[in-house]
Parts: sequence; structure tokens; C-alpha cells
Amino acid sequence: MIRAGLIACLVFAACSAPPEEAGTPVRDPLPDDIKRSGTAFLQPDTRALQADDFANPGFLWIDRGEKLFRAGVDGSKACAACHGEDGADLVGAAAHYPQVDAASGELVNIEGRINQCREQHQSLPPLDYESDDLLALTAYVSHLSRGEPVSVDVSGPAARYYEMGRDYFFTRRGQLNLACSQCHNEHWGEKLRGDTISQGHGNAFPAYRLEWQTLGSLHRRLNDCDEGVRAEPMPLGSDTYKAVELYLAKRAEGLPIETPGVRR
Amino acid sequence: MTIRISAPDTASKGEVIELKAMIQHKMETGYRRDSRGDVVARDVITRFECRYNGELVFASDFHPGIAANPFLSFHTRATESGTLDFTWTDQDGQSWSETHELTVE
Ligand code: HEC
Ligand code: HEC
Repeated sequence: MIRAGLIACLVFAACSAPPEEAGTPVRDPLPDDIKRSGTAFLQPDTRALQADDFANPGFLWIDRGEKLFRAGVDGSKACAACHGEDGADLVGAAAHYPQVDAASGELVNIEGRINQCREQHQSLPPLDYESDDLLALTAYVSHLSRGEPVSVDVSGPAARYYEMGRDYFFTRRGQLNLACSQCHNEHWGEKLRGDTISQGHGNAFPAYRLEWQTLGSLHRRLNDCDEGVRAEPMPLGSDTYKAVELYLAKRAEGLPIETPGVRR
Repeated sequence: MTIRISAPDTASKGEVIELKAMIQHKMETGYRRDSRGDVVARDVITRFECRYNGELVFASDFHPGIAANPFLSFHTRATESGTLDFTWTDQDGQSWSETHELTVE
């Protein structure tokens, strides 16, 4: 990770001096007509792996999620008992997350909503972020929305979270002093070490990263990007990362959900 | 342990069929260290076998260095109706299996 950071520094020093020396990154949003899913930037073999519904290893978690969805734990009602045998009632739901929970006023993502159902409707303890079971259920629920365009509400009570996420996106951080926007708005399509920098959309998450050798959440990816610029990453599931998730979802509006993605 | 099998339900006698098998397993090499510098213990599957009505039709020995969640694809000839049995065994002798019924017409 340290080596990656150093190389990032060299790459940027060599190919582009920041427009305003250590100034505020350009705040222009990504124009709609150039919006492309991260899948478009993959090597052909990785893209082929994502497109193959058997070979895509993310489906191991979808299968596991489906089993968990249908099974009642410790005599509790199964998810399927309330949401339909094949999750019929949840088709399309994931495309509208994160959203503000009316009762608590807090921002919840799919992981949070699943844990809320566990606590309120199943009398079960919440699952740990990044546990295989929460990833499996999140992947299963997100996969039910595969092909649905991302569309989130950032008005009313969601507005302050949206602004928090946007600020995070355009703020320089870490020893490399880089903002998300400097890679994903200003340098997408260019090379960084072995990667082609994408536009940084979250529409394929949870995704199977070959580097992780496992499925991971969007927050784990954000954690990697923060570490890449040698910044202190935020905790997975934190309000900050949920706010960034909301900003990213609004920014990705219209792109189809692709869960489970496959990434390098 | 999640297992995924892809195999036809029916085949004609003599037909060559493709079988695919994947298992969720971390295939920990034993060469990595954790954030505290401690060696992460090796935990790998060492053997995969596919039996067709009890007869071994495909086998594979696994070693550290094989990626997590190993995926295999291979072929066999459909000879008679019966059971395909897919079994993975790890370094400690623990094993996981899945079966698939094949009808040969
Ligand atoms: C030094 C450049 C750099 C910075 C700064 C950076 N990233 Fe990334 N990011 C990458 C690279 C490289 C990847 C992996 C290739 C890809 O998909 O873009 C990536 C991947 C991603 C992805 C996954 C995209 C996909 O389709 O799989 C998201 C989402 C993302 N970044 C968001 C962010 C956010 C939010 C920030 C700020 C907190 C950030 N990144 C900061 C370089 C960067
Ligand atoms: C006893 C019934 C019940 C059970 C069991 C249950 N839920 Fe729910 N779930 C609800 C209700 C009611 C809502 C919507 C109202 C609310 O709570 O905000 C909901 C909402 C949701 C939503 C958001 C839907 C949307 O359109 O925004 C998701 C996702 C979800 N549940 C997933 C799950 C999963 C996964 C499980 C199993 C771990 C589960 N639920 C178990 C009753 C249940």
C-alpha cells in the first residue's frame, strides 16, 4: 500500500501539475453524457468473468444470501416470510439506497436496513459489517435490483448527508494530499500502477475483488482508496462513508445496478 | 460452505458433457502475515474428486497458490443415468460434497 501511494505521487507529479498549487480541487460534477460504469474500464478477461453468471465468484455470496433469506434463525421469521419467497417485494429497492430512515432520521444503506430488520423484525443481533453473512444478504438484495437504474433522493432530510458526502469527495486528504475527485473526475481513463482509474461509481458493489480474493462492500473499497492516499480511513459503516455512498449514488444516477461486480 | 455446480440434467448416450464446480474457500496459503506480523495459518483444500455412479472421472490435487474459491471445469462422457458426486477435501481431512442427478436417454 505504501509503495502504491508513492507511485501514485510520482505518476501525478510527472503527468499533471495541479491546476492551482495545493488549492481546492475543481468542484465541477461529472457530466451526464460521459458517465460510465467501472465495468467499462476492466480488462476484457475480468469483464468476461463478471458477465458469466456461473464463473463470477460473487455468486457464491448470492447463493448463500438466498439461503439465509429463506431460513428462519432460532425460530425467528425468515426474511422471505415478509418479503416474498424470491424476495419479490424487494426487487428494485436497492437502487434507492442509501436513504433516510423516517423513524430515526438517520441515513441507512442496504447493510443498515438488513440489520434493522434483524433487530426489529427478527429479534436477532445485527451482523458485523463485512461479515460473510451480511455481505451475502446485501449482495442478494442488491442483485434483486440488477439492471435497475440507480436513483436516490437527496432532498429534505437527506440533503445534509449529501453535502457531507460531496465535501468528502472534493476534499484533499492523506499524505498524498489528494481528493477523490482528482482521480475519479479529473483522471479517469488514465493509468495508475496496474489499474485504469474509473469514474469511481458504486453500482457494482458488493463486488468480488481479485486482490481481496473475496467479496467486499463499497465501504471496504473506500477504505482502500483512503489508504491509497495514506489517509486515516473511516470505519466501515460510519456516517461519513454512508454519506459518501449517498453522494456517489446521486453522482451515478441512471447507471444500472450490476451486483455482483468483479474487480481487479 | 457454499458450492455451485453446473451440469446438464439430461444428456444423450455417448454425449460429452461439461461439468463446472466452484466452492467458497479462502485457500489461505500459509505464507501471509497479518497486520501484527504473525503468520496466517495455512488452510487449503488439497483434493477434488468427481465420481459418476461411483467411478472416478476427474480428480485434482490442490496446493497453496491456488486462488480462493477454486473453480474447475471439465468434461465427461454420458454413459448411463445416475449420480454425479463432487467432493472437496481439505488438509485436515474435512470434506464437502454435492451431488447432481443426470438422466441419460
Ligand atoms: C490516487 C487516486 C485515487 C484516489 C484519490 C481515490 N481513488 Fe478511488 N480508486 C482508485 C483506483 C486506482 C481504483 C480501482 C480502479 C477503479 O475502478 O477506478 C479506485 C476505485 C474506486 C471505486 C470502485 C469503482 C468500481 O467500479 O469498482 C470507488 C467507488 C472509488 N474508488 C471511490 C473513491 C472515493 C469516494 C475516493 C475518495 C475518498 C477515492 N476513490 C479516492 C484511485 C483513487
Ligand atoms: C416480520 C417481517 C420482516 C422480516 C422477518 C424482515 N423484514 Fe425487511 N422489512 C419489513 C418491513 C415492514 C419493512 C419496511 C418498513 C420498514 O421497516 O421501514 C422492511 C424493509 C426492508 C428493506 C427495505 C425495502 C425498501 O423498499 O426500502 C429491506 C432491503 C429488507 N427489509 C430486507 C430484509 C432482510 C434481508 C431480512 C432478513 C434478514 C428482512 N428484511 C426481514 C419486515 C420484515
